[in-house]
Amino acid sequence: MGLTLFDKIWNEHVVQEIPDGPSVLYIDRHLIHEVTSPQAFRGMEKRGLPIFRPQQIVATADHNVPTLNQHLPIRDELSRMQVQELIKNCANHGIELYGLGHPNQGIVHVIGPELGVTQPGMTIVCGDSHTSTHGAFGTIAFGIGTSEVEMVFASQCLLQTKPRQMRINIEGELMPGVVAKDIILYIIAKISAGGATGYFVEYAGSAIRNLSMEARMTICNMSIEMGARGGLIAPDATTFQYVKGRPFAPAGDAWEQQQSKWKELYTDQDAVFDLELKIQAEHIEPMITYGTNPGMGMSITQSIPSLESLTNEAEKNNLKKSLTYMGLQAGQSLLGMPVQHVFIGSCTNSRIEDLRLVASLVKGKKKHADVQVLIVPGSQEVARQARQEGLDIIFSDAGFELRQAGCSACLGMNEDKVPAGEYCISTSNRNFEGRQGAGARTMLASPLTAAAAALTGKVTDVRSLLS
Amino acid sequence: MESLKEIRSRFVPLPVENIDTDQIIPARFLKATTRDGFGKNLFRDWRYMNNDEQQPIQSFILNQQHHGGEILVAGKNFGCGSSREHAAWALKDYGFKAVVSSFFADIFKNNALNNGVLPVKVSDAFLAGIFSLDADDQLHIDVAAQTITQVSTGAQEIFDINPYKKTCLLNGYDDIDYLISIRPAIEQFEASRI
Repeated sequence: MGLTLFDKIWNEHVVQEIPDGPSVLYIDRHLIHEVTSPQAFRGMEKRGLPIFRPQQIVATADHNVPTLNQHLPIRDELSRMQVQELIKNCANHGIELYGLGHPNQGIVHVIGPELGVTQPGMTIVCGDSHTSTHGAFGTIAFGIGTSEVEMVFASQCLLQTKPRQMRINIEGELMPGVVAKDIILYIIAKISAGGATGYFVEYAGSAIRNLSMEARMTICNMSIEMGARGGLIAPDATTFQYVKGRPFAPAGDAWEQQQSKWKELYTDQDAVFDLELKIQAEHIEPMITYGTNPGMGMSITQSIPSLESLTNEAEKNNLKKSLTYMGLQAGQSLLGMPVQHVFIGSCTNSRIEDLRLVASLVKGKKKHADVQVLIVPGSQEVARQARQEGLDIIFSDAGFELRQAGCSACLGMNEDKVPAGEYCISTSNRNFEGRQGAGARTMLASPLTAAAAALTGKVTDVRSLLS
Repeated sequence: MESLKEIRSRFVPLPVENIDTDQIIPARFLKATTRDGFGKNLFRDWRYMNNDEQQPIQSFILNQQHHGGEILVAGKNFGCGSSREHAAWALKDYGFKAVVSSFFADIFKNNALNNGVLPVKVSDAFLAGIFSLDADDQLHIDVAAQTITQVSTGAQEIFDINPYKKTCLLNGYDDIDYLISIRPAIEQFEASRI
């Protein structure tokens, strides 16, 4: 029987197997940030152990950083102390840190690929559930807890049980106004927020092959939102072209050697998955979420399900609870509903292509007077590129506020929050209760749909604005 | 890690599905650099009005005096979302030794086990049975036998746990000790890849 892409990478990284237990999996790259690493460093110090492979770790500060005046000391004392602890820990242990003010700083899942740290065939972990993003390059990449961060510090390995495998084939061509974010929101709405729990997902099919690397990252990023351990896509010419020439990428002969290895990274024809799904790209419309988990999404032209349409009592209660929080009614359409905030950013949609997409719609136009629009680039590099391309002028002319790189209002750890009771169309990945601030009401959508709402001040089908 | 062999306790029922780790511990409490003290902020925004400890939300189960115990019982897909281990630390610090649900998000499950908090996966029917018990009824969880029992009715189910993780839990071992012990094999593996 043939091997899947996942099998091939997994097999390359098994150090040993514990009888009746997990495998010892070797980790090529470990990404760390300020929020989920301090307790792991403390654990190592308590054990009196050095970090086993510091040169395989890359650190940045992203979750807890302000997006204004990054050259000044962080005002919030706890945030400042946490960022300082990362600086101290990295210095003590010889770990490369792209901290605040460094030209390579940014959201950990944006800078990894951008710097070429992320390469096909690797195993990559980070104390962050959106580590699945890196799967876009044909890697096994997944989020871990802080105890596991400490395990990788101690041994460059993790004990892992091999997950089940699912393949989602998306065939055909996307309709105008539909982008990668809509694909993944469509999939999650179809299989629910827990539908892929226990699985690693390979995304395949012509619609995936036609996507850029940044679009592929958006899809893999949200694998966790359906419960999947991770998601991955077979590397191809698009992948190689993206990686080539980046600072950490192999060069010269090493590039040729690696590339020929990477070309072997695909699922064999006769490989068998535990579960396989097929989706027709033409069926996907611009998507939006109405509830308090990413599975509660629909096409923007649809209405929120009615309570009568649900048979299961628990599901009914969940819908009621969510809609009470969101201030919405079962059966209602969202089109035309006023929104007060638009957030464009996060490890899902803060890359240069996302910003270009937004700029393409808003160029020469002004935002609606009642909406506040925040654009937070994923990295310093994305911000530089945006300025070089003049996107910053387009945004400021439109009345959008372009900030400095960080996780920002995706999780509201810094000052960037949505006030209680107000609505935000967000390009981020989670619409959980309180995610963007206590009482904040989040509707997840693509950068295009977010930009459309910024212009009209209400939930809008972006296709009505496309000429 | 402390060993965990059995738990006999009342339980706290929270029949809500898809409880994400942002609810268990909101992001604004993740600024700490130690593992301690998260229990007071467990389910913070479900527990208190306007983030004010003087304004407990009476309808929320942790604020109801007649419920208590070392076992939290919740709807399916418990612990979804963020990988923050702070969720497991908050549950443990509050006093929970086990969480029972009909399924758990993967990262949470690992985080819980790595902190000696046992995730017990039961069938939908067994979960519904627990939710119909009285507040004084107890559950008995036996790690070695892998059983969970509703003490008043005698209803029992066997739960799954990886044999390796079971040994760790019964003896209080953690993965790090094991991984450090095989460093020579890891170095050999590294050398073989060059």
